[in-house]
Amino acid sequence: MHVGLEHYLIVSALLFCLGLLGVVLRRNLLVIYMSLELMLNAANLALVSFSWFNNNLNGQILVFFIITVAAAEVSVGLALIVALYRKRQTAHVEDLTTMKL
Amino acid sequence: MGLPDILFYVFAALTLLCGVLVIANPFSRSPVTSAMFLVLTIISMAGLFVLLHAFFLAAVQILVYAGAVMVLFLFVIMLLDLKAEEHRRVKKFALIAGMISVGAVVTIFVRSILAARPEVHLPAAEGEPAVLGKLLFTHYLLPFEVVSVLLLVAMIGVILLSKKETK
Repeated sequence: MHVGLEHYLIVSALLFCLGLLGVVLRRNLLVIYMSLELMLNAANLALVSFSWFNNNLNGQILVFFIITVAAAEVSVGLALIVALYRKRQTAHVEDLTTMKL
Repeated sequence: MGLPDILFYVFAALTLLCGVLVIANPFSRSPVTSAMFLVLTIISMAGLFVLLHAFFLAAVQILVYAGAVMVLFLFVIMLLDLKAEEHRRVKKFALIAGMISVGAVVTIFVRSILAARPEVHLPAAEGEPAVLGKLLFTHYLLPFEVVSVLLLVAMIGVILLSKKETK
């Protein structure tokens, strides 16, 4: 079967849902963070495939910016996790319930 | 079925398999294995980018994600030393509820993609560095500069956040 836009979009959607499943199920902050990266990557794949199949490079430029912003976001998020670990000695979401009513 | 199609199926299967192993590895619950499989996912996704003729982005994906970001992740994992946390079990109710809701999202996505029949033009846009660079430095000059400021802000923020508090 000839590979078209739908195939790439379905791979991207499945990958996004895998990331979503990781965010919902896992309880380790770092693994949740990695699942978020997975979801970002799925969005990137969708954008690149749209860019290729619509003969338009703007999607690839957007992916370039997303990668940059994701790198900044990862560094800030990991610094937050490290600061949290210093204060509370845990990286586990079930132990972080201070804001629960 | 030509070679690119076969390569698509190979890379897509590899990406999804490694993605599954990132979130649920039956052999090990340590974050280090998750990080390693995330590296594999990202590399096989770079293969998909090459199939879509986004050569520059494939290189950037491997350099920035598999290189810089994952090294950062591994540093933090080893810094935190999470050995004591490995043996917690997922609650059965949470597992079933999560599976059902995410399965519903999968169904919505796949059905809508298959129903949409997206319009496709003849592919010709090659993602070569020269073409992308020209676009980046002419049409997208302002966002480019703003992103550089964002990186500076992130750097300062990280230094402030991770500094030890001195009294």
